[in-house]
Amino acid sequence: MREITYRQALNEALAEELERDPNVFLMGEEVAEYHGAYKVSQGLLERFGPKRIVDTPISENGFAGLGIGAAMVGLRPVIEFMTFSFSLVAFDQVVNNAPNMLTMSGGQFNIPITFRGPNGPAHQLGATHSHATENFYASVPGLKVCTPATPRDAKGLLKTAIRDDNPVLVLEAELLYSSKGMVEPLDQELLVPLGQAEIKREGSDVSIICYAQTVPLALATAEKLEEEDISAEIVDLRSIKPLDEQTIYNSVSKTHRVVIVEQDRPYGGVGGEICYRIQKNIFDELDAPILRVSQEDVPIPYNERLEKAVLPNADKLITAVKKVCYA
Amino acid sequence: MLALMLLIRRFEERASQQYQAQKIGGFCHLYIGQEAVVVGAVAAVRNDDYIITAYRDHGHALARGTSANACMAELFGKETGCSRGLGGSMHFFDKQNHMYGGHAIVGAHVPLAAGMAFASKYRGEDRVTLCFFGDGAINQGSFHEALNLIALYKLPVVLVCENNLFAMGTSVKRSTSLKQIVDRAEGYDIPGEIVDGMNFREVRDRLSEIVASIRKNPHPAFVEARTYRYRGHSMSDPASYRTKDELEKYRLDDPITRLRAQLTREGKLTNDEFDRIDKKAKEGVLAAVKFAEESPELPLEKLYDYVYA
Repeated sequence: MREITYRQALNEALAEELERDPNVFLMGEEVAEYHGAYKVSQGLLERFGPKRIVDTPISENGFAGLGIGAAMVGLRPVIEFMTFSFSLVAFDQVVNNAPNMLTMSGGQFNIPITFRGPNGPAHQLGATHSHATENFYASVPGLKVCTPATPRDAKGLLKTAIRDDNPVLVLEAELLYSSKGMVEPLDQELLVPLGQAEIKREGSDVSIICYAQTVPLALATAEKLEEEDISAEIVDLRSIKPLDEQTIYNSVSKTHRVVIVEQDRPYGGVGGEICYRIQKNIFDELDAPILRVSQEDVPIPYNERLEKAVLPNADKLITAVKKVCYA
Repeated sequence: MLALMLLIRRFEERASQQYQAQKIGGFCHLYIGQEAVVVGAVAAVRNDDYIITAYRDHGHALARGTSANACMAELFGKETGCSRGLGGSMHFFDKQNHMYGGHAIVGAHVPLAAGMAFASKYRGEDRVTLCFFGDGAINQGSFHEALNLIALYKLPVVLVCENNLFAMGTSVKRSTSLKQIVDRAEGYDIPGEIVDGMNFREVRDRLSEIVASIRKNPHPAFVEARTYRYRGHSMSDPASYRTKDELEKYRLDDPITRLRAQLTREGKLTNDEFDRIDKKAKEGVLAAVKFAEESPELPLEKLYDYVYA
């Protein structure tokens, strides 16, 4: 194992899959000559050439649709959105064309495409650039959605997504590009399956269910809770859809208390769905009502202090954990 | 080719009747009047060239070689349909015949055509993509984004605008700030021309030249085919926004009558021969109705089979 950044992990995943399969190409705004707005595609143009690392004009609907059309005839496009907030301009392509094609064609046309890029609130970008899109996209039949939180998961999930025969959205965590973590050596193939959560920390008193940017928050909070003799188990969903219900149920059956900490919205957020499934399937395991920590139900403000107040944070999480533990 | 145009005409007439008999659900947009466009265009390409269109798609599938049985069964929502009854009138697909849909969000398939052509170029193939759309599509953002990408990457696409003068009930005059639709192409530096979409031979011959040029050296082209739909936008539209006189004017210019007259004049077709072709088309379509009626629906157990590959 070696320590690399989340950004580098994604870069390795792209390079390895471009190397492995000539049908894979990367397309998006500034991916080639500029090396990516977040430098994820650094060096790929030099290595794979302009035929496979393709810069586009600012036309999200156009190039997302181009990717889907190329996938219809057998290529495996990786489409980068500079941020998933901009994917909303391509919403029709991502929601109407990519996932519907297989059903609408009676099984004739699957769409092996990967849409990837940063997602979720970052730091003082204002409402238009801070969308967490996972709950929109996870609601669409035919799409798969994953949300890596560590360099290892980022590399393994992106490689799996590119090999998947369906449209997969890899929602990268904008604030984690420079974070570091241990990853298998380059000569060792790393694939993380879609639909498989991971226990990032074992605990016995409460299950904190999290994903993407809330994973490091949950892990740091667990350390603080330990000082108060509360043992938190951290369940990183890794994939939003398909959802690994079993890992969730196993953890909840052990701790009997749940807090879901999510980066998206309270109304119809990912946590709402998980909450429903837990109470429906293992209601008797619960010793307390499930609590959710999510965004406040407002467009994300620019002001730093207000933005912090809108997003999940350690104080909110600790309060919620203590409440479910009746501590 | 006359046989194919007649097959489309008779198929659509029968579809209209079956729709009124409530055997066909949803929206149903008939191609009657426009047959020369798709039959002429398809006659100009190879079987392995890519074809993609909007929701008025029955004629495109039939022209491409999808059987009347599979088309009618699709309208009936049956498992034997070209999309297993999961797509319906607006979503005909036939991978084997390189018919890539049947797309019902106006303009949203033009980027898909760009992608298909991108793939041809990426692989170094000389395939051409024919992308059909209506006059309504040319004001949609996805259309403009796609045209820019197609021009920028020099993709081998023929953009065929089937200008039937109305986007649903809105005439081109009321929707488009151009004197003529073909001028859209100029804004993207794509060569464009107007063809008479009621004249099979003109469509075929012009498209053949364009396609030959694209095969030599990949580039886009834009063709405005001027045509007319005799029926309303869909089955539920009585088309009260246009006059009987206008409709009659176009009926006199009917593409089937025209090709028939051309062939007759040249001594290549007798009245008997025409009647035989027409009879065959009618019988084929009647048989397709029977096939559709007798076909099974997709069983409920297969509901989830086509959501993920």
